Parts: sequence; C-alpha cells; structure tokens
Amino acid sequence: MVNAQIQSAREFLSLLSMGSGVSGHEASIASMVMKRFKPLTDEVSCDTFGNVYALKKGNKKRAKIMLAAHMDEIGLIVKMIDPRGFLRFSTIGGVDQRTLLSQEVLVHGRHAIPGIIGSMPPHLLQNGESSQAVKMEEMAIDVGLSPAKIKEEIQVGDIITLRRETYPLLNNVMAGKSFDDRAGVVVMMVCLEELSRLQHTHDVIAVATTQEEVGIRGALTSAYTLNPDLAVAIDVTHASTPDTKGQVSIDLGKGPAVALGPNIHPAIYRHLSETAQEHRLPIQIEPIPGASGTDAWAIQISQEGIPTGLISIPLRYMHTSVETIDMQDVLNSGKLLANFIASLPDDLEGFLCY
Amino acid sequence: MDFTMLGQLTQLFGPSGSEELVADFIATQVRPFCDELKTDTLGNLIVLRHGTGKKIMVAAHMDEIGLMITHIDKEGFLRFTPLGGVRIPNLEGQRVKFSKGRIGTIGVEKLDKPTDFRLERLYLDIGVSSREEAEQFVRIGETGVFVGDFIDSGSRLVSKTFDDRIGCFVAIEALKRTKSTHELAFVFTVQEEIGTRGAKTAAYVLEPDLAIAVDVTGTGDTPKAHPMSVKLGSGVGIKVLDRSMITSPQIKRWMADVATNENIPFQWEVLEYGGTDSGAIHLSRGGVPSGVLSIPTRYVHSPAEMIDKRDVEAAVDLLVALLESSAEL
Amino acid sequence: MLLKSLSELNGTSGAEGLVRNFLRQQIEPFVDTISVDKIGNLIATKNEHLSGPKVMLTAHMDEVALMIVDITSDGFLKFRSVGGIDARILVSKPVQINEAIVGVIGAKAIHLQKSLERQKALSFDQLYIDIGAKSKEEAVAKVKLGDYAYFITKCEPFGEGLYKGKAFDDRVGCAILVELLKKDFDIPLVAAFTVQEEVGLRGAKVAAYHTAPDFAIVIEGTVAADVSDREEEGWVTELGKGPACSLMDRTALYNPKLIQWVANLARERGIPLQFRRGTSGGNDAGPIHVSKAGIPTIVLSVPCRYIHSTVSVISEKDYFACLNLISELLNDLPRKQRISPMEKEEM
Repeated sequence: MVNAQIQSAREFLSLLSMGSGVSGHEASIASMVMKRFKPLTDEVSCDTFGNVYALKKGNKKRAKIMLAAHMDEIGLIVKMIDPRGFLRFSTIGGVDQRTLLSQEVLVHGRHAIPGIIGSMPPHLLQNGESSQAVKMEEMAIDVGLSPAKIKEEIQVGDIITLRRETYPLLNNVMAGKSFDDRAGVVVMMVCLEELSRLQHTHDVIAVATTQEEVGIRGALTSAYTLNPDLAVAIDVTHASTPDTKGQVSIDLGKGPAVALGPNIHPAIYRHLSETAQEHRLPIQIEPIPGASGTDAWAIQISQEGIPTGLISIPLRYMHTSVETIDMQDVLNSGKLLANFIASLPDDLEGFLCY
Repeated sequence: MDFTMLGQLTQLFGPSGSEELVADFIATQVRPFCDELKTDTLGNLIVLRHGTGKKIMVAAHMDEIGLMITHIDKEGFLRFTPLGGVRIPNLEGQRVKFSKGRIGTIGVEKLDKPTDFRLERLYLDIGVSSREEAEQFVRIGETGVFVGDFIDSGSRLVSKTFDDRIGCFVAIEALKRTKSTHELAFVFTVQEEIGTRGAKTAAYVLEPDLAIAVDVTGTGDTPKAHPMSVKLGSGVGIKVLDRSMITSPQIKRWMADVATNENIPFQWEVLEYGGTDSGAIHLSRGGVPSGVLSIPTRYVHSPAEMIDKRDVEAAVDLLVALLESSAEL
Repeated sequence: MLLKSLSELNGTSGAEGLVRNFLRQQIEPFVDTISVDKIGNLIATKNEHLSGPKVMLTAHMDEVALMIVDITSDGFLKFRSVGGIDARILVSKPVQINEAIVGVIGAKAIHLQKSLERQKALSFDQLYIDIGAKSKEEAVAKVKLGDYAYFITKCEPFGEGLYKGKAFDDRVGCAILVELLKKDFDIPLVAAFTVQEEVGLRGAKVAAYHTAPDFAIVIEGTVAADVSDREEEGWVTELGKGPACSLMDRTALYNPKLIQWVANLARERGIPLQFRRGTSGGNDAGPIHVSKAGIPTIVLSVPCRYIHSTVSVISEKDYFACLNLISELLNDLPRKQRISPMEKEEM
C-alpha cells in the first residue's frame, strides 16, 4: 500500500518535473495538474492568471480551506540572438549563474529546440580564470542551427527550460529539476487521495498557483478570488548539506517542516503539530522570523486577512537542476495535511480565535 | 505626426506627488474626445469613453523623477534626496527646477578620491546667499525636476521626461483617433516612479477586463551597452517581461497578431530591470490580463532621453489597432 | 549507431574495460589478430604479411571523469577529476557511479549564498556527490574509494547535421578507427585503441614501442572554440570545415612535408580540411613520434565544441570527411616506398 502510494507520487512528480512551466508560462503543467486532480475532486477550473483550482466538497460545506502549492519553475529567457546564431539569455526567478555552465536546455520557440549552454574547454583557460564564476552575460546557448533557420524558429522573448530527467537515488530519495514546488503539488494530490478516505466538513480547494518565483503573484490573485477562511501553503525548504552547516537545521527524510512565526496563524501551527503527534507522523519545526518567501506570505494579507499555515518539504540544492527530496517526506506531508483538514472543527471561528 | 504637443508635455512640471499641471494640460487635450473626466484621491486623471465591449484600461504615468529638498543651510545651499530612480553619479552639474520657476545647479564638495562621490556630498545651489533668501523660492519638502529642453532633430527627439510623457502622448493621440466600441478608461497615473502607486488604486476602482500600459523601455543599441535586443527606430516594443510583470502568452499573441495584421513594426522587449504600471494593474483583485507597449528610449532617467519618431508612430498605430480589435483572448 | 554506443559507454583512464570489450566485439570480424597489451591497449593487426610501410592508427578509449576519493561522515562522496575538467561545469549535474547508482552534484541554494559567493567558482574541494545515502555506512556499502563517476548524457542528433554527447574526445576517433578497419587497404595496419591518454598519453607510449610502426596516424577529437562572440583568431578549429590537421601542440611539432601531403591529397580529392590553429593541449602523437628511433606521425581530428564537459558537439560532415581523408591517405601510401620525411622522395 505504502509502496504503491510512493510509486504513484513518484510518477506524478516525474511527469511534472520533466514538463516545462516557467513563471507566467505554466499552461502545460496546469493541464497535467487538472487532469490528475479531476478524478480526485468535484470541480476543476482555471483563472485568467493561470492558477488551477480543484474543489473537493466537504460534507457540510461550512467553510473554505485553501491549499496552495506553486507549479511554476525558475528558468531562462532569450534576450538577444547574436549574428552567428548563439542565444543570449536572462533569467526568470532566482537562478544561480554557477549552475548553468554545460547544461542542456530546451528553447521553447516555434518548437521545443534542444540547446547547450557551452563551456570553454580547460585547454583554453587562462591562469586563474577557473576560480571565477563565468558570468551569465558571457554565456551563450548553442542550438546548432544556421542563423536563417533560427530566424524561423526562435525569437527574443522565447522561454528556455533546463533539460533534466528525474533520477532515483538510494532509499526513497529522488533528484531532478523543479521539485520546488511541483513536489508541493504532489503533496496536494496525496492529500486529496487521503481525503477521499476521510470525512471532512469543509470544502477544500487545492490551488496550483503561478508565478511564485517572480514575486508570489498567483497566490496573491487566487487568494483574493477565493477569499478562503483558512489556507495552508505547501512549499519546499532547505535541507541540510555539508556546506550549509550552521545555516540550515532541517534534514532530509525527517518529515515535513511545519512553520511557525508571524506568517503563521498560531492555531494552525498548533493543530498541525497535534495532528502529527496523534497520527505518529514525523515533523520538524521550522521557526520563520519574518517573510516566509512562500505563497503563505501573500495569502495571509489578502482581503480582510486569511489565517494561514505552511508545510514545507525538505529539499537539498534548491534552484539547481538536481533538487533532491525524500518521497517519504512528500507522502507524510500529504497525510498530515489530510488529517489536519479532517480533524478541523465545524466552527472555524472559535478554532481560529486568538 | 505633429510632435508639438509632445514638446509641451515634456516641459511641464510634474514630479511624483505633484502631477497637477500635467493633469490639467492633458484634461484640456482630451476633453473633446471623451464622455467623462475625473481625478481620484491620489490624483490620477481618469478619462472615460463609454462603449459596449470590454472594459479596457490604458495607463500612462504623468509623474517624473526629481529631487526633494531636505535641508537648507545658512548660506542658502540645499541638500536633497532622490525622488524615484535618480542616477546619483550623473548629477553633478545638472540643473534642477522648482515649481515657482527657480533653477539651481548641483555642485559637489571637494572629494579626496573619486569613490567618495555620494549623494551626501552633493548640494544644490539656487543662486542665493542666505537661508532666508532661499526660502523665498523653495521650502524643505518641496520637490524639483531636472531641466532638459525638447529638441526635434528630424527623425529623433531629445528631451527630459519622455519617461513617461511619451506614454501620455501616445495615449492622447490614440484616444483622439480610435473608433473603438469598447468601454475605454484612459488613466493618466501618478507616482509611478516611486512604486506604481497611482496605477494600483485606479485598477482597483476600475476593475478592468484588460489593461495596456504605455511606457518607455531601455535599448541595447549604444556602444558596449548592456546586451538587449531593443533598438531605436525598429518599432514599438511589446513587453515580454520586466521585474514587475511577465506578460501572459495570450496577451503577447494578441498584440503581435494585431501588429502583424496591420503591418505595424514591433520588437519584443525583455527588460532585465525596472517595472511599470502594469506590474500593479495585473495583480489587482483577482488579476487583470495586462500588456505593455514600450517606446524604446536611450538614456532613460537623464535630462536628455532620446526616442525615434517612427517608434512613437508605431506605438500610436498599435494602441489604436488593439483598442479597435475584438480583444477576445 | 556506433558513435552513440561508444559515447554512452563509461570508461575513464585506467578503467577502459567496457569500451575495450565493446570495441573488440566490433572489430573482431574485420581484423587478423587481436590482443590486449600489458597496460590495457587493444591492439589489432591486419595484412601483416604485406610489404610496404606498417601504419599504426590510434584513437584513445578513455574519457575524462571523476574519481571518488573520500566518503564524508554523513555519507556524501568527495571526488577529484581524472583528466582535465573545469570544476565549474560540474555544478547541478547528475552522475553515474558503478553503472547502477545515480548521484547528483548539487550546490548550496542561491538563497543561502552571499552575493559575492555567486561570483566565485566552486572548486573540487567544495563539491561533493549526493547519492541519497542516510549514513556513511550506507554510502560505503554502495561505493568504494577509487570508484568512478561519469556524466549522464544521451548521444543524439543536434541542430542541423550535428551530434551532441559526452566523451566525443576520443570515442569519435574510436568510431572512425572501427570504420577504417572494416575497409581493405593494401598495406600492413596496426590499430591501437589506447588507454590513459587523458592522464598523460601513457597507453600510446607503450603501444608505439611494441608495435614499432613505420608511420602513425592519430585520430582525435579536438577543441573547437568557434562560439558566440569569441574572436575568430581564438577558435582553434571550426565545426563543419572538415577534419583538423595538427601543426604543433604541446607535445609535438608535425613535419611540414607530411602536412603538405595531407593537404594536397585533401585538395585533390575534394575533401574539406582545416588546420588546428592553436598550440594548447597535446595527444598520443607526442609519445608516438619520439618512440624508439622516431615515428613519422600526423594527427587528424574531428572538431568538438565544449570538449571535456558533460556535453560536446560535433558535425556529422566533419566525422565523415575525417574518415574519408584517412582512407584516401591509406590508399595513397602504397605508392610510397618509405614514409620517412627525411627521404628525398616527394611526398
């Protein structure tokens, strides 16, 4: 049972991960999400901003619970085509220039065209050159096409994604691109699956949001549109690695990180940790003293204010193309969320009272 | 196209927060072409022309960058803080004008080394010799703008404040020409330079179905420029993205299709810095599909910005064509 | 496709076994003898009974890769490069270890960096491979010190008439050499698929010594830096302009008369040829041309963009032109009694 569930979560994550959906260009990911959520929910829709909404009705229709996980990814964009046909590019979202050299990419022109971000061979490097990071302005994408062919296929403004498969590592660990935050979308899927076995009073609307990476924009508009009574965002958080000692205290594989701090309604944090304890689900506590940098940050102050919580999946190497997560954390996040929702009282007002 | 009115627009005094003179001028220009004119709480000039189709908001900002006086010393020298994205290294020797017409020169203290050049070391000299005398012309908190004549050099124009009086000009000309049957709301916004604030409230009130902002953009066609594909004279820019907005694929397609059908030259604009009114508009309420028409401009935020007349004509043509299209996305 | 199979096989210096076994199978039907020498070179001969100059054709089997040198207390793998790799290309890549395990070379998230960090390259000391192990014990059970990690790159057609893949340096030479062995030439041939080129041209030294040929042709994949806004004088070679004939590099100065012969023949046969316009790097020709009393040697290379990285690019046209040119050279050789450039005979 558990293995089957991990398998299905893994497959959905791979599908989403290998798809292309840079901020503002999430349509193809949105349709994958809609297709997958449809059988799990009562109603699936999409707004002009590209946000996907999947409504699972509660048995009493008391209140609206919003789940939010963003489906966009960071990426690149063609900003110039040089006379010899090499593409110069800029970024969408926080891309570390040091992760780009010698990467294979897809340029989404008239067709999806494979390209390579070229690197100078070590034979031609000057002394000391290799200690400095190559600047993005100096990089170019080679698509192997003649300037005439490029003119037909590619324009300034075309979106570029990294070309990366997903890879199983040891245990239930997986590596790939865009797990930030497609893994969060998978958590919503697991939660919806779990909810179909549980009773829940309130309506649940799982929202796959857009444009988080460029300023939490989809969450802003979708929270305004929905105006929910309670919201929980699902995102990823840094998991410790040898080079983040002292900076990061969350570990891979030790359960979802449950946030607390000014961005988080205390009752939601309390109920999430109680739910975890009750169902023997491992969690880690993530105190966030200010901006959480997630959808939760925008949702909390929409309209008259929305009580908001945040669950984060531990992830290593965020914003590289080899983001690494433990599928068990994904599964546990989904279960925690489902049990949290199922155990909410009918009267949310009292529950959320300070 | 006659650019006389553009010349007048650029020379009007309108730092962020004090856009009244610009609003008055524009109101006079557009009154014969609209059904309704109003000014809102923040000072946005909202010009409505009723129609039956979609409600389309067109936004161009009236305000310009400038300086705010923060201190007047005994000798009558002024200290100041920037208003909007002022390039501090370019300030020495610039002229600054205040609402009562007084003009001053920016000077710099003696510096030990060039790297000491900072805002705090600059002062403004308005040609007075005491604090009392200075206060006859300016007060602390008063804002001033940079001086830069309007010059028509044939195919190109040079002036201060094309950012964004050129947008105002394009919007006014489009309003005069368009036979659109949509419900049109032309908004001449305030306080764009300090955070697109006018556009935010206007969009909330108007709740448009669709919005188009008109503003300037940078170019990459000068010696050793930051790489950018936009060139002066190669047509109106259709924004792909800036730091405030990523244009949706539907809007881009709509704009490019209309331009192509009407044979209007356009170029894709990928701007790696800055933002414009559409950044605020597209996030209003549940989201407003928005696009931006950009006029390629060299030396943005200097007293000698440069644009090409053909790009302006293309911008007006495209805005008119967009407003007259069915706008079904 | 031969090149695809060769490119996707893993084999670095000192660990060329998979490549060697594959090549042995490929050439077996076409050669007279086949053997592996004491250092691991795969040696095949053909027409040894014929008179005329004995020609050695060589291509090296090894590719650049990573070697695991330490396993940290929390189960991450530290590594060093085998051959010349710029550490900057390693960040954010998957690698394969022991044909079964995948690991990733990550980097500290951009969010956790100071802005100055982003300007500094990450060095081998800072990088490590994550295989998802929960502990050192688990990692040690799966990976041994000295194991190798290889890039994971599919070899595929790319752009217009190009191919992309890993290890084109020098699997492209191996592929051409296999194709040459399938043909018949009226001279004695020794084919040497060499080992350990990337760590110091070591296999070729041994092979040249014990096969003692009269003449050698080294088939390589070489630097093409004809990219973007790089000035033309720095290109070294250019894709699509035919094989590159070496003039000089760090290890050899090539004989002008031999180069003239190659150039003339290419012109006569209408085969595109370019010269390798740069002196950096070196190859198996170095030890071969000074072996014993000296062996006249030429190098013909297929230009490769992004060599020694996870993904390099070659032109199909260059590949076939290189194959054709070497065939023509081998056909032309029987006309010559001696190949020594010191002879008066006009080359």
